[in-house]
Amino acid sequence: MSAKSPLSPEELLHLYRKMVQIRVFEEQAIELFGKGLITGTTHPCIGQEAISVGVCAALGREDQVLATYRGHGAALAKGCSPATIMAELLTRTTGCCKGRGGSMHLCDTAQGFLGTNAIVAAHIPLAGGVALSNKLRKKPLVTACFFGDGASCEGEFFETLNMAALWKVPLIFVCENNGYAISVPTNLSQATPDIADRARGFGMTSVVVDGNDVVAVHLAARAAVEEARHGRGPIFLECKTVRWERHSAFSAGRYEDPEEAQKWKRVDPLPRFREMLLSSGTAAAQLAKVDQDCQEEIAAAVAFAVQSPSPDAASLYEGIFVE
Amino acid sequence: MRTLSMRDALNEALREEMRNQPELTLLGQDIGAYGGTFGVYKGLFDEFGPERVRDGPLCESATVGFGIGLAISGMRCVVELEFMDFTTVAMDQIVNQAAKLHYFLGGQVTVPLLIRTPIVSRMGMGPQHSQSLESWFMHVPGLKIAIPSNAYDAKGLMKTALRGLDPVLFIENVKLYGTSAEVPTEDYSIPFGKARTLREGTDVTVVALSGTVPEALAAAESAAQAGIQVEVVDPRTLNPLDDAGIAASLRKTGRLIIVHDAYRTCGVAAEISQRMMETAFDYLNAPIMRVTGLDVPVPSGALYQNVVPNRENLLQAIQSIVN
Repeated sequence: MSAKSPLSPEELLHLYRKMVQIRVFEEQAIELFGKGLITGTTHPCIGQEAISVGVCAALGREDQVLATYRGHGAALAKGCSPATIMAELLTRTTGCCKGRGGSMHLCDTAQGFLGTNAIVAAHIPLAGGVALSNKLRKKPLVTACFFGDGASCEGEFFETLNMAALWKVPLIFVCENNGYAISVPTNLSQATPDIADRARGFGMTSVVVDGNDVVAVHLAARAAVEEARHGRGPIFLECKTVRWERHSAFSAGRYEDPEEAQKWKRVDPLPRFREMLLSSGTAAAQLAKVDQDCQEEIAAAVAFAVQSPSPDAASLYEGIFVE
Repeated sequence: MRTLSMRDALNEALREEMRNQPELTLLGQDIGAYGGTFGVYKGLFDEFGPERVRDGPLCESATVGFGIGLAISGMRCVVELEFMDFTTVAMDQIVNQAAKLHYFLGGQVTVPLLIRTPIVSRMGMGPQHSQSLESWFMHVPGLKIAIPSNAYDAKGLMKTALRGLDPVLFIENVKLYGTSAEVPTEDYSIPFGKARTLREGTDVTVVALSGTVPEALAAAESAAQAGIQVEVVDPRTLNPLDDAGIAASLRKTGRLIIVHDAYRTCGVAAEISQRMMETAFDYLNAPIMRVTGLDVPVPSGALYQNVVPNRENLLQAIQSIVN
């Protein structure tokens, strides 16, 4: 990483703030899961924050994002409120989806965050359709779709690559390649080292980027958004990263090699970015202030969520249909 | 009054709504200049052009996914799946996405998606082109299901479907496309959840679906010559199902036969039968009967005639239930 960043101090600080916000949020989510306050499961994106932050910082509020069940980071990065997201994790009525969705189904249409999905790769064609709507309406909007290396083996991934490229829709495919689909490592699931190669096969501009370098991700995303917004999409970004020690807070998730499970700590994007900011002249006190603000913000989000009511069983039949 | 074939009535409903709704978009395969596999889209490509009558690659799953993406963006979409058997390829998108997004995202999105698909059960096209799978979709909350048996109902139900905000599976029948009925030139729509009595009778109620309706009417005619007055009821929609309408007929006749082409096990007949047991048991003068497709893969060639019900075995059932 160059000492002289092409980003302004404000832009850099924004990236840092969002990464810390997500990290603190996820640490709290794991703690709440441990206390039994989050039922079912939850998939932290610890160690992968640079991707959602880097990409979403390149998008405007009206641009759309669709993401996966490991999507708390994408929701926060796109501007959703930590309080309503946390309340949704706890399935409370004040949650972004009124407590119906939970950890794997987050949505805030006002922020252009069109939902996280728990069927691997199923949201990729949805993102294609959203992008097609922008194109048909001649709106200068871009849709970003986050998915993992696991999703890149699903048929709908390939189907959407073809349709998106065929119809030249303003869509950015963001592959968060964290090396594992639950317990299966990419060397047992991927025929080629770079998933980005698949997009090239459809004639798409396709870039591989260090997904643990938030500035690199952000610059790549800016270029991709610029292309897509001017009708030169779709674009493919493969962001190489390392997963947190387990698939989810629920899963046993043992690795063959215990060393491997701790690998994310050695390449953790957050201390790395912090070092870069300090070495380029950002005051430590300024970063400490951000850290403190985020701790307070997430503590307030947790308090809000915990104090919020759970949905009444009498509401179960409400909202199956609009009419 | 003029008469129209069911094919032309559907075509007219789509054409009128495409004129009324400038964003309504059709997706599918062979729907462009070709006019749809069974000709329902004849002339639409010429009138509305390739943007709105959009031929695409042969991938049912992502095609439905793109349709959902358009729908959640507020652009109503109609996807054609060429044979009902092919819905299996798009099952996740239909049952996990279209049917559930509105509910689990807390009502933030609506899915005004209509999936048209024809049953081709009486043409000898073999085990992968002959299935009636309506009960699979009736099993899943969140999908409205229309299954009209004549031109008048087809147009009216299509109009309702194209003006609502919920996802609809619209099940047609290739054997019925050429059958004609009186269809007014004035605008009309038919609400979902209202069964239609196609023939009045006092001795036995026959509830018939889709392609079995003409068989039921023919059997009723034969039965009348033998002095048995059969009431033929077409539910027209399966979700919502007009339990009250069916029960009203049952209370009048005291006997119920349900007929459909679909497999016997877990077919719609089983569901209707159970609902009538729960609500109208005291009115039954005889056990409810089912006349259904056999629990065998539908063979290719003429042998299909031994697999789906016909007027003769339905007449036998009618004679048996009144004696």
